[in-house]
Amino acid sequence: MEVGLKMGFEETELRLGLPGGGEGGEVVRKRGFSETVDLKLNLSSSKQDTSGMDPNDEKVTGLNKEKNLLLSATDPAKPPAKAQVVGWPPVRSFRKNILATAIRKSGSDESSGEKVAFVKVSMDGAPYLRKVDLRMYTSYHQLSDALAKMFSYFTIGNCGSQGLKDFMNESKLMDLLNGSDYVPTYEDKDGDWMLVGDVPWEMFVESCKRLRIMKGTEAIGLAPKAVEKCKKMS
Amino acid sequence: MFWGSRKTINMNYFPDEVLEHVFDFITSHKDRNSVSLVCKSWYKIEKYSRQRVFLGNCYSISPERLIARFPGLKSLTLKGKPHFADFNLVPDDWGGFLYPWIKAMGKSRIGLEELKLKRMVVSDESLELLSKSFPNFKSLVLVSCEGFTTDGLAAIAANCRFLRELDLQENEVEDHRGHWLSCFPESCTSLVSLNFACLKGEINLASLERLVTRSPNLKSLRLNRAVPFDTLQRLLIRAPQLVDLGTGSYVNDPSSEAYKKFKAAIQSCNSIRSLSGFLEVAPRCMSAIYPICENLTFLNLSYAAGLQSNELTKLIQHCRKLQRLWILDCIGDKGLGVVASACKELQELRVFPSDPFDAGNAAVTEEGLVLVSAGCPKLNSLLYFCQRMTNAALITVAKNCTNFIRFRLCILDPIKPDPVTNQPLDEGFGAIVRSCKGLKRLSLSGLLTDQVFYYIGMYAKKLEMLSIAFAGDSDKGMLYVLNGCKKLRKLEIRDCPFGDAALLEDMGKYETMRSLWMSTCEVTLGACKMLAKKMPNLNIEIINENEQTESNLDDNQKVDKMYLYRTLVGHREDAPEFVWLL
Repeated sequence: MEVGLKMGFEETELRLGLPGGGEGGEVVRKRGFSETVDLKLNLSSSKQDTSGMDPNDEKVTGLNKEKNLLLSATDPAKPPAKAQVVGWPPVRSFRKNILATAIRKSGSDESSGEKVAFVKVSMDGAPYLRKVDLRMYTSYHQLSDALAKMFSYFTIGNCGSQGLKDFMNESKLMDLLNGSDYVPTYEDKDGDWMLVGDVPWEMFVESCKRLRIMKGTEAIGLAPKAVEKCKKMS
Repeated sequence: MFWGSRKTINMNYFPDEVLEHVFDFITSHKDRNSVSLVCKSWYKIEKYSRQRVFLGNCYSISPERLIARFPGLKSLTLKGKPHFADFNLVPDDWGGFLYPWIKAMGKSRIGLEELKLKRMVVSDESLELLSKSFPNFKSLVLVSCEGFTTDGLAAIAANCRFLRELDLQENEVEDHRGHWLSCFPESCTSLVSLNFACLKGEINLASLERLVTRSPNLKSLRLNRAVPFDTLQRLLIRAPQLVDLGTGSYVNDPSSEAYKKFKAAIQSCNSIRSLSGFLEVAPRCMSAIYPICENLTFLNLSYAAGLQSNELTKLIQHCRKLQRLWILDCIGDKGLGVVASACKELQELRVFPSDPFDAGNAAVTEEGLVLVSAGCPKLNSLLYFCQRMTNAALITVAKNCTNFIRFRLCILDPIKPDPVTNQPLDEGFGAIVRSCKGLKRLSLSGLLTDQVFYYIGMYAKKLEMLSIAFAGDSDKGMLYVLNGCKKLRKLEIRDCPFGDAALLEDMGKYETMRSLWMSTCEVTLGACKMLAKKMPNLNIEIINENEQTESNLDDNQKVDKMYLYRTLVGHREDAPEFVWLL
């Protein structure tokens, strides 16, 4: 499956050279610089877009965000490192995790227990697993964008953009699952496999232990349970 | 010298035991390797008397051959994944599995006593097998490993009757909320070192107290954040002989009874030389540890995100004997100035970013580094994450400190030039390599051209490890390094415009090195294949991010990630599907 995100690649390619001047400096091809741009980009650029945490308000598509980020990467006024790169800065994930938790906790009086931010993400058919830090996102939409980038031939369809509301509607859920190729699911604290999107985002982050992106047809079995849980909670 | 009739006395007239005794004094791996090359009898004696073996790459040799080569092995150090795996550049399941080693050694007559692992995948199964296979097992040190849970730790605790050391550093451990600590039997009184700071879950506090109470030899204790302040205080009373302490949760009310008791308890811990922890910290409680600061040689506050610059500096001012300091960048340049004036014995400084996700927030600049270099003439090891760096600053640092063995600079913006002159940082790093003749490890960052590599190749004659990211202009850069750095062992490169010409120019060079990592460079599959064909003693591994199979990819296509290493045993059998062994 082609990745549409490569549109306009060459124009937005990162160049080395003195800021503000183009001639004389060589265009050094950092092949794949934008390819190494991490899913975390979603958060840094979208922070302005999504001030509240209501998933229903988001209108910015993943594609627009990507373009915005690449543009800011070549804008001489903004240093390229606003875009975060995979594996940069070179700090062990263990340390990043601890400090990320500490940053979030600073200001709050009570310690609410240790939260594991990084969860493994597997996708049916993909050769290996990845890891995401759920605490880097504030909504399902952001997570969905990030996962889309990670597994570039993965389509979430419209599952992520509508968020909570769609999953309350059982028939619409069925349409979505039948229509899309892949569906994100997660294992919660009780060890049950749930459909992503059931519960409010914060609750999801608290309870998610790992993610699995399943083929849509396999995920249908989860749907009635998901809707049931939702109904119980509302 | 008399030849002819006079017999020359040589050491082979001595019985083996004498030679062995002499060899006992030779402890460095390099020297013992040299000894074994002298002659057959020395080889044999050295072989049977060798107890400590270090394998920097677990795939360079097989467990069976190791056992055959050194049947007297007692202490083994193994490293698995390439260094860049620490930064998520290597997918899970790449390799580095401990189990085959334990299985092979367990079946043989090896009496393993010590095992130190770095970046390996350690399963509970392997820990359990380890605990049951070696009755004299004494020491387990795991650094940056993963794949195990607290169940594996329970097996170690329960079965290793003479365990002296259990040291877990920055591992990803799945917590099963088990009572692994309670699995140490009452008869276990041999503990010298216990470090479980990286564990995330709850700990049975009563078991911990009992364990510490019955361990009179305990010198090093590092707690995790689940251990509260009042337990810490009780532990200190039981173990005033501690030399190394890592606090758990360091949060309390200074007016409370517990706090007063703690202050009293810590006064009697006058052997503490090393202090760490503080993952959770109440700044107003820090004054309680001032009494032990004057004797500290190692202070690690790199997880203490709750401490501000002024609290840090107040503390550090008391630490006049400090040799090693690990700190967060919130200390700021001014704070580093305090370090420079207070810590005259400082040898190692590590400044970590307190917000690793946002490049704009780094709170230290070139100024802090210059201050430390001016105030601490014994500085020889540096890890410095900063917002910016200038050539002038680096040149000054190079003048002030000529003893650097390790110099790792990370400017958080990966290709940032000197902000004052807008020049690349070639001259600054050039000054460092020119001045620090003993430099063994170097990590570069900032805007860099081929020129910096010219300097490195020219001057960094003792360099063993070099890490490069987003640097250079052409193949010449990499070639300067490969040709000039005769002692190079590990080279890791990401996102640089180095390609086939550089890779293939001197293929024999890689047999003199442990490994080479190149990711997101200009190297093509065809070049890797050629290298693999010509150099049978190298394993060339390609890690491929896409779902393409080998047959789909043509030779002109660039590889995402290439990792090559010298080996005596050819292709490894445990590579996953996404790793192609050429």
